[in-house]
Amino acid sequence: MRLPFVAMVALRFLREGGMQTVLILAGVAGGVAVIVFLTALIDQLQTAIVERTLGSQSHIVVRMPDDANRDVVRPDEALGRIVEPRAQRLRGLDQWESTLRLLGTTPGVVAVSPLASGPAFAQRGEAIKSVAIMGIDPDQYRRIVSLDADIVRGRYQLSGTDALVGTELAKDLGLAVGDKFRLATPEGREQTMTVTGVFDIGVRDLNRRWVFTTLRLAQSLLDLPGSVTQLDLKVADLFGAEATAQRIAAATGLKAESWMSTNGQLLAGLRNQTVTSRLIRIFVTIIVAVGIASVLVVSVVQKTRQIGILRAMGARRDQVRAIFLLQGGLVGLLGALAGAALAVVLILVFSQIYRNADGSFLIEPRVEPLLLLSSMLVAFVTGLLAAWLPARRAARMDPVAAIRHD
Amino acid sequence: MTEPGSAHRGEVIRLTGVRRTYNAGTPVATEVLHGIDLVLQSGEFAALIGPSGSGKSTLLNTIGLLERPTAGRVEIAGRDTAALEDDALTALRGETIGFVFQFHHLIPAFTALENVMMPAVIAAGAEPPGARERAAELLRRVGLAEKASKKSGELSGGQQQRVAIARALMLHPALILADEPTGNLDTHTADDVFALLREFNRDHGSACLVVTHDPRLAARCDRAIELVDGTVVSDLAVPVASAP
Repeated sequence: MRLPFVAMVALRFLREGGMQTVLILAGVAGGVAVIVFLTALIDQLQTAIVERTLGSQSHIVVRMPDDANRDVVRPDEALGRIVEPRAQRLRGLDQWESTLRLLGTTPGVVAVSPLASGPAFAQRGEAIKSVAIMGIDPDQYRRIVSLDADIVRGRYQLSGTDALVGTELAKDLGLAVGDKFRLATPEGREQTMTVTGVFDIGVRDLNRRWVFTTLRLAQSLLDLPGSVTQLDLKVADLFGAEATAQRIAAATGLKAESWMSTNGQLLAGLRNQTVTSRLIRIFVTIIVAVGIASVLVVSVVQKTRQIGILRAMGARRDQVRAIFLLQGGLVGLLGALAGAALAVVLILVFSQIYRNADGSFLIEPRVEPLLLLSSMLVAFVTGLLAAWLPARRAARMDPVAAIRHD
Repeated sequence: MTEPGSAHRGEVIRLTGVRRTYNAGTPVATEVLHGIDLVLQSGEFAALIGPSGSGKSTLLNTIGLLERPTAGRVEIAGRDTAALEDDALTALRGETIGFVFQFHHLIPAFTALENVMMPAVIAAGAEPPGARERAAELLRRVGLAEKASKKSGELSGGQQQRVAIARALMLHPALILADEPTGNLDTHTADDVFALLREFNRDHGSACLVVTHDPRLAARCDRAIELVDGTVVSDLAVPVASAP
């Protein structure tokens, strides 16, 4: 294969640059390594934080809208009004099966699971604890909250009068797998339950309060025949949950709350972290660009005569410009390749050294290929842009001035 | 009007009333060429002589299409250059004119062979078939066949200048412009280089215009054009037939 003239000269100029080329390649590699490493690190830590926090939550909860008072007179006609907030009774979702199907086909929604939830007392012997009945379909619920992975004793299985209890409740009532306890609602309905599994969901309060039963049993205990109190959703884009929730609310007229609206502080923290990492990336990119540009400016001055002779031999201005643009792009791309490799090594080493107390990875030894690719693309484009001014200068050079003998 | 391809016959250069002013429109405006008329026929070998500052280099650069005249007409290989855009001018320069400079200006990143074939690479956008062979043949003609893979830094001054001459001839140019091609060479090497130019002029019919300070070399040209203060003061056939 014969290289085009422009590529041939650009490559030779870079090679001739020697130490200059090596140094700027090292600079670009360092910059790209920092960006890739930092981004991978922050992404992973954020995912870990979110997973830990949202481990027991669905991304979006869909409920009936709150009961509201209806105004008898129009508010602007009233001389004065006192509105007492209404107590919110337990309300089932009307037509929840069709809503579930609708939500299941909403773009961005990965899984939907029905939940019938309400207050109850758990009793064994003399001990009585206030709990929340969580009536679920175990297969559907598992796709929202990975409860099956949180089972510490027994099995993730619900049928008939089976119940899953948290570690705290098991301790309070002295329950082991296979033991029975009584579940009673304030309205007086009650049922004897059998413990099939004990879970540790990571939040002590929930381990004390949540009692999972079949959907059917919860419906009858809570007097919600055939109905559910909420639908839990999982979305593909975690940070798009709020937008998805708003779309769902608008489409169904139901109340849809995302994790983002119920975890304001966490979200603010994550956002700050994202902004910080973005700023670092921008500054490193600028520094890399300035480095490439400065090396090329020097190179253009050094090669004044060679540019002149190339022009005298018939090279057009745009070819001269392309020679220097390509050098910038190549430096960006080659530096990025080295930088990406360096970042991968850094992450591998880092993941081996820093581990959680239980020996699991604090940082997974993996990098998104997309992150590597996009970093290289950015470095290539940065190189081209950085080369813009030096290349223009080279193209505008007067060949006569370039080859004047002095 | 002559096509560039057939430029080996007829007029290679026709200058009519060429003027060149530096810093035009400013208080320090200086006219260095005061209306030059000059015709060079295909196959001619002419010396351009004159004292320093007489405008020789400016005239050569103007003929070489590296500078545009402030006034007057420059026709190269039968084409009026006034209306040509920069790219068209560059293309005409590339295919019609071969340059040999005092400081040879080889490109250090490339080998001698690559330097020689560079004009063909530029003209074609990539290395055209046969270019390597022609460049090797030219290097052999200038006696540097064994230096083909050397970088210019590994060659002596005379060798570099011979590579530069081979490069100037790569595309069979109708015109060779040489600016003090032997200026920084010792007498013996200078004679060799000059002889080489004459040889190519004779064999290929390329017209040559050689700027020189050296009356000895001027005497070996067919014609001597003398420039003083931007004006042609004499333009004579050299009486003694040159014998390289």
